[in-house]
Amino acid sequence: MKRIGIDVGGTNTDAVLLDDSTILRSIKTPTTADVTAGVKNALAHVLGGADGAVRDVRAVMIGTTHFTNAVIERRGLSRVAVIRIGLPAASSIPPLADWPDDLRRAVEGPVFLLEGGHEFDGRPIVAFDRAGMRRAAQAIRDSGVTAAAITAVFSPLIADCEAEAAAILAEVAPEVTVTLSSHLGRIGLIERENATILNSALHGLAGRTVAAFRQAIAETGLEGPLYLTQNDGTVLRAEEAERVPVLCFASGPTNSMRGAHLLSGLADAVVLDVGGTTTDAGMLRAGFPRQANTQVDIGGVRTFFRMPDVVAVALGGGTVVRDEPFAVGPDSVGFRLLEKARVAGGDTLTLTDIGVRLGLIELGDAGRLADLPAALTDMAQRWITGRLADLVDRMKTSAGDLPVIAVGGGAFLVPDSLPGVSTVLKVEHAGVANAVGAAMAQVSGESERIFYGVPRERAISETLAAARAQAVAAGADEATLDVLDIEDTPMSYIPGDPLRVRVRVVGDLAG
Amino acid sequence: MRELDYDELEALAIGAGVLGTGGGNHPHLELMCAQAEYRRGRRIRLIDPDELADDARVAVVCIMGAPLVTKERLPEPQSICRAVRLMEAHTGAPFDAIMSIEIGGENAFFAMLVGMELGLPVVDADTMGRAFPEAQMASFAIRGLEVAPFAIADIRDNAVLIPRAESATRVERIGRRIVVELGSIAGTCTAPRSGAEVKAHAILRSVSRAIAIGRSIQAARAAGADPVAAVAGGAQARLAFTGKVEDVSRRTEGGFVRGTVRLAGGGAHQGREMLIDFQNEFSVARRDGTLVASVPDLITVLDEESAEAIGAEVIRYGQRVAVIVLAADPIMRSPEGLAVVGPRAFGYDFDYRPFEELVP
Repeated sequence: MKRIGIDVGGTNTDAVLLDDSTILRSIKTPTTADVTAGVKNALAHVLGGADGAVRDVRAVMIGTTHFTNAVIERRGLSRVAVIRIGLPAASSIPPLADWPDDLRRAVEGPVFLLEGGHEFDGRPIVAFDRAGMRRAAQAIRDSGVTAAAITAVFSPLIADCEAEAAAILAEVAPEVTVTLSSHLGRIGLIERENATILNSALHGLAGRTVAAFRQAIAETGLEGPLYLTQNDGTVLRAEEAERVPVLCFASGPTNSMRGAHLLSGLADAVVLDVGGTTTDAGMLRAGFPRQANTQVDIGGVRTFFRMPDVVAVALGGGTVVRDEPFAVGPDSVGFRLLEKARVAGGDTLTLTDIGVRLGLIELGDAGRLADLPAALTDMAQRWITGRLADLVDRMKTSAGDLPVIAVGGGAFLVPDSLPGVSTVLKVEHAGVANAVGAAMAQVSGESERIFYGVPRERAISETLAAARAQAVAAGADEATLDVLDIEDTPMSYIPGDPLRVRVRVVGDLAG
Repeated sequence: MRELDYDELEALAIGAGVLGTGGGNHPHLELMCAQAEYRRGRRIRLIDPDELADDARVAVVCIMGAPLVTKERLPEPQSICRAVRLMEAHTGAPFDAIMSIEIGGENAFFAMLVGMELGLPVVDADTMGRAFPEAQMASFAIRGLEVAPFAIADIRDNAVLIPRAESATRVERIGRRIVVELGSIAGTCTAPRSGAEVKAHAILRSVSRAIAIGRSIQAARAAGADPVAAVAGGAQARLAFTGKVEDVSRRTEGGFVRGTVRLAGGGAHQGREMLIDFQNEFSVARRDGTLVASVPDLITVLDEESAEAIGAEVIRYGQRVAVIVLAADPIMRSPEGLAVVGPRAFGYDFDYRPFEELVP
């Protein structure tokens, strides 16, 4: 089965054409301000003008940093009307209370707190304030905001209030796009509400971005479905990603780690992704990125998303090297490497120049480095070894030696041996590992339920069945589904021995 | 009496997490509430027990219920305030100060929020010096003071008074039933305590202890030093283990989450193993089969890097942690204390020994 994977990063757009796990073509091109043109350009390269290839391609998978960057840079965000249903409870911390001021200013629209919501056991806290919701809907219509986020207390268990509120809003202000917190799941009002608001804030950008991707693909003549990669290394159909862009936040590091796994065949290893400015270190466990222990902030907002545990240090191909006194970075020439670096005819000494001088890579005019003192290159080399050994040590959880997979455009900088490392693997196509990870991405399904007095085994098997059904609905091949994660948490101080079960499964895209 | 400054709120949250010993979590939401109150201009006034008049009337308060419910309904002081008002109406006398039943976890903050709401000072003390699962494990109950009358109220318009009860355990059991009906979260206020009783029978200056722990962790983080060492290096504390969570087994029994965490050693404890039992809170720690610490001493599990406390309900496979043991208050270590909060009270068949006397 042929697939195309594309990673649209801030600096580069990488693309690969795969036939099963064989890489047929790959390309690294600069990201363009016009998304359509950049993606079209990358597609044209990997298709290589072969008409036959176009017909064979079963799917296109795109990973993008657009949504993360929009939140981090506070641009392209829509203002959001926020509706929280839970009074007289759930009023002590107002919506957006813990957001950074500038992001809050960019996103906050009218805010409404309404009576309603449920107890954990399904009883209403108080009756839902339908009249208040109708007044809120009218105010939202008059305010001109285009997006709304609706969060009700315990909606992951009983979503009735959110559904009713959405129906009233659709009737009064049909043009407003709505995100329901129950669609994003997970207990924890503030974190779920934050994710719901962020999702609503991204709806306009998501629509434009996906439309641009679609146009680029259509213009190339491709017909297979379009998928976007999400935080956990699996994909969403484009029409679903358009509705829940917030699930596609951290796809960059995830894709590159998944790609490192697929290119190397190693399931347990430290991945060093050396870019132009930084090196991201992550840990592969059973072929998937290890998740961070703590809850993750996105652009300063607390959410419940689990993200890959990635540590970044300022070490990349464009990192600037200084002599007298000797210093490396933290600044980098970044995407201007091919004009600024000494080997490229520029006047800035970078780690890429050091790599060329050490014979790690052939690039540009090595003759321009003839005057470089050996002592300086030695010091730079020792600095790289020290920094990377340190980084690997931070990722490891035990003292045993682990293999390292070096990927990214600056992978040549990783020395062939490092302390605490069994082997350093540099794989072919390491520069486009993220696009490979996108192309090979699988499909997941997740279900979370609360059971009362049900034996643990039956609770898990019922939840598992629901997660599997969800994965199949999302396009997975049922025969390939594997369990990725089972979490079962008994809940204290609640009668009836409640057990909360969450199951995630993952499988290959159906052929 | 002194006002807590804004930065001390976070230190208190961190310290309350550490003293929560796995039962109370890092009180993130409660901290947000307190910070919101500070932005509105309200302040927490902390009063030293020595400043209390012997006849001062102290309201001992807590939130009773399921931590999970607070995550959705959000913490609020109003239901406790209603319970306090009900107690005042019942006894016919107003309160002079507020005190928390437990310093460990979320309840550390509820007394603060109530104090701000009612304009009353908060006593630098609690009745546990940590977190415990039940009301009879409070120092006042251990010293034989009546828990009833006991007031319970919710965020709507429901309030219940238990005027009399045969024992603290009975109050706990009746109270739990009522709280379930109210949605598994409610505010409570126990029998009024005099200033003299607080001075004689409370765990004194535990709010300051929590803030000091929090501050030492903050200082270490800011200086790039090891925040775990900052806690372990404190008085009456010991680093018992560092390692990785290998397995967690959990089950519910009688409303409590019980289970065991298995840790595989790292660093100085490479090749060794620790098992920690929990009954809501971490109760017993064994290293390679040998007892290292037990209730009522505090067994707290911290994130190895950040020193953020990790609760028994959320601890999971793969987390890298440090286990720290802290000394329980002398009241808890006394014979009458151990009868209620010693290992035998938690179903173990061995006698308590202070962790200082066990293998380091």
